[in-house]
Amino acid sequence: MSPFPLMEAAVAIPLTLAIPALGAVLIALCGRRPNLRDGLMVAIAALLFITVLQILPAVLAGERPAITLIELLPGLSMAFEVEPLGMIFALVASSLWIITSLYAIGYMRGANESKQTRFHACFAVALFSVMGVAFAENMFTLFIFYEVLTLSTYPLVAHKGNREAQQGARTYLGLLLGTSIGFQLVAIVATWWLTGSLSFSEGGIMEGHVGHGLGGLLLLLYVYGIGKAALMPFHRWLPAAMVAPTPVSALLHAVAVVKAGVFTILKVSTYIFGQDYLRELWSADLLMYIAAFSLLAASLVAIQKDNLKARLAYSTVSQLSYITLGAMLAHEFAAIGGGMHIVMHAFGKITLFFCAGAIYVASKKTNVSEMDGLGRRMPFTMGAFLLGALAVIGAPPMGGLWSKWHLVLGAADSGQLLMVLVIMLSTLLNIAYLLRPVVRAFLMPPKDAIAGQGGIREAPLLCVVSLCITALGCMALFLAADPLRAMLGNLFVN
Amino acid sequence: MGLVQLHLPAFQVILPMLAAPLVMLMARSPRAAWATATLVSWLSLAISLMLLVRVQAEGVVTYHMGGWLPPVGIEYRVDSVNILVLLVISFISAVVMPFARQSVASEVREDKHGYFYAAFLLANCGLLGIAITGDAFNIFVFFEIAALASYSLIATGRERQAVMASYQYLMMGTIGTTFLLIGIGFLYIMTGTLNLMDLAARLPEVNDTRTVRAALAFIVVGISLKLALFPLHLWLPNAYAYAPSMVTVFLSATATKVAIYVLMRFIFGVFGHELSFNELEMNLLLMPLAMLGILIPSIVAIFHTNIKRMFAYSSVAQVGYIILGISFASTLGLMASVLHLFNHAITKAALFMALGCIAYRLGGVSLIHMTGAGQRMPWTMTAFVIAGLSLIGVPLTAGFVTKWHLILAALDGGLWPIAVFLLGTSVLALLYVWRVVEVAFFRPPLRRIKVREAPLSLLLPTWFLTLACLYFGIETSLPVGLAERAAEALMGGYP
Repeated sequence: MSPFPLMEAAVAIPLTLAIPALGAVLIALCGRRPNLRDGLMVAIAALLFITVLQILPAVLAGERPAITLIELLPGLSMAFEVEPLGMIFALVASSLWIITSLYAIGYMRGANESKQTRFHACFAVALFSVMGVAFAENMFTLFIFYEVLTLSTYPLVAHKGNREAQQGARTYLGLLLGTSIGFQLVAIVATWWLTGSLSFSEGGIMEGHVGHGLGGLLLLLYVYGIGKAALMPFHRWLPAAMVAPTPVSALLHAVAVVKAGVFTILKVSTYIFGQDYLRELWSADLLMYIAAFSLLAASLVAIQKDNLKARLAYSTVSQLSYITLGAMLAHEFAAIGGGMHIVMHAFGKITLFFCAGAIYVASKKTNVSEMDGLGRRMPFTMGAFLLGALAVIGAPPMGGLWSKWHLVLGAADSGQLLMVLVIMLSTLLNIAYLLRPVVRAFLMPPKDAIAGQGGIREAPLLCVVSLCITALGCMALFLAADPLRAMLGNLFVN
Repeated sequence: MGLVQLHLPAFQVILPMLAAPLVMLMARSPRAAWATATLVSWLSLAISLMLLVRVQAEGVVTYHMGGWLPPVGIEYRVDSVNILVLLVISFISAVVMPFARQSVASEVREDKHGYFYAAFLLANCGLLGIAITGDAFNIFVFFEIAALASYSLIATGRERQAVMASYQYLMMGTIGTTFLLIGIGFLYIMTGTLNLMDLAARLPEVNDTRTVRAALAFIVVGISLKLALFPLHLWLPNAYAYAPSMVTVFLSATATKVAIYVLMRFIFGVFGHELSFNELEMNLLLMPLAMLGILIPSIVAIFHTNIKRMFAYSSVAQVGYIILGISFASTLGLMASVLHLFNHAITKAALFMALGCIAYRLGGVSLIHMTGAGQRMPWTMTAFVIAGLSLIGVPLTAGFVTKWHLILAALDGGLWPIAVFLLGTSVLALLYVWRVVEVAFFRPPLRRIKVREAPLSLLLPTWFLTLACLYFGIETSLPVGLAERAAEALMGGYP
């Protein structure tokens, strides 16, 4: 570990935590003045992104800037260290936060939602914990922020306050907290007890301390303990969370929260277990098959969902399994693919959710079957939907191609031809459930009076602008894949 | 050494004892009674702190009552174990007194205030006495003083059931202390001494006799009644639920803790862990009871709608955690237990104080009363949430430090299932705390009641303890260091 030669990085790490935390307080204080509050929110998001960017040069140069905040007990500390995976995750989350806050202003005002101040403040707290998860140096720190993330998003899920929202929020909280305490915390304590360390270190910390039988059990506990990765059968919370307003579904349940889950799985598999050790474990194969099953099953469920957000939610469950699958393959390419998929899927899925929200605000439609002919009314939104769908499917010229490419390469290289087949098959399913809304919107004649009204009636401008930006982002990532791959390649320099 | 320094151990007990009748004479002026009692509680804290300094410097501070040498005379003996208990008692009473003024004014009839504060001081005196004395019979006497005072404190509660609860506590408490007395009597018959250190020295000769073992049984059962070990806890929920808020705060943080201290003192100090655990295998009794005591009351707590009663059940569960640590019969386990004495005291006191604020403004502490309280009383409810997190054992709070050490102690003893059990039961705590959070923050407040935030004199002590929960969760060296030394001293029996 290098002592941080760049002052910027060492200062920037605590700042990335302080900015959203203080931001949440400021937003809460400005509740009486909505314009000031919303302006502040965008400013805070931008400031956060700029601060995260300050760390990037050091990470690109192969360094790992680190800082220790407090040492609670001997060997247990709140410490941060930035490595490529965390850097990418933080960049994705903080950049998309700017766009989401623009979108959220349009959406929340357009939909006349209540308690907007609490909403935005909790959003900032969620981003605060995402930064903590991304930069955590050890499993203990990560766990704390992981839990803060769960708790801070609960009010967002329960936002509507009706019975349905409360039920959904309970499922959300119960599953996420239950798995994290019941499985993950057990695994963390066991890891600490067996190895005397919780630090993320290259090559893992298990080798030589933990037998393969017990190691396999720990892997199971970790993967299921990280409920945010939504591996079946602990995926129910994600569809349940869809009762939240759409900006939440977009940034948190397509990007921040779920990606925190798979990010943690990638971290654990590379830095706690280590790929060489992981490959030897009995449960790695088992989990790989479960991930493959989860991947296909969720796609099949998604096809049947008429509610657009529910369909997207199951699509997310399926896409997350790609990354879990990549981690369990324990192969360099697959891990790189998994890391890339965090980015690619983030941009693709956030676009899709933005579109779903825009459709709701503009026409109060929530079901796919009602979307016939909508393309004439909302051409920008539906166009962006098409781009986002292509990105999630992994078709060129979208960034999504590259992550699937690497995942397939990894699967093929480690001799798991069945997994190659699964990924291919699932891509076909993706096409089936994601392109149907687009086809209906553009090619079918309008069914009802609202859709049939002439002229363009889009959602509020802020919504449309943001969803166009993310859609274009998906395209840009097609070209920007190489630096991303190079950076993730840094994971395995040794 | 100054006169005060020399007689510090005596002052610790005598000050509240002498102040009690004075306060009672002030019955006409509640304000004066309160002020005097507050002053005394602060002085008590000062004395405890001075004793801490002396213990840190000298190791053990002994004091011979009236100049009579032990084992004939009564010895006060402060070492690294009971200094912690003294600190907890005097710290909590020093914090609870500022809280008491408005809280008691709203919950206790005005003409009773003089008696109330006098009884409070007597309870204080009794608890401090139990902790400080090195004499077995003296422990019994102070137990009775503390108990009688707390019966009357509980009986001052607003509702009529308070009297019944107090009576129930009186019955159970008397049985408990009687058992204790019988045990001590047996020990006296066999050894001819009442001094704890002397007992520890003489007992090994007569260890094998049935009388000594019967004495151990009587003492353990008697104290278990006082500390509300499951299934001897039935007096506690009513007593806590119907007592005035301030009394609940004080008793929940101190009364059971002192009894636990006495239990530790007897089984590790007097009988020695050799006899208690290796020969008589008391862990086989304590461990299952502790685990049941964690599990069942936690589940019961989930279903109670009176939040004060709910946390009373939670207290029984927390006692279970402490006993579990004792039952490991290891330094690490004891350390966790001693830590929890301290951490749970501040956590539970903070929680009950927050409930006191709610009772003050909303007139009750049922789940219904608390609907939407998060909007009306944001400061109180935030404190409630933080203290609740500490109760669950979330990292960065005091509760986590205990849980962590308890889990380590379980792993150290090779008890994997217990480590998992401990994590699992945290989820139960989460459930019952969360129920309140959900109702308080995510339901709209009842329209017809206009409620403001609690007054500052209630809010400040609450937040003081809440911040203490956070502080001792982050800066752990002070309690951990003290607990470590206490645990080592206990495992060594009496040096």
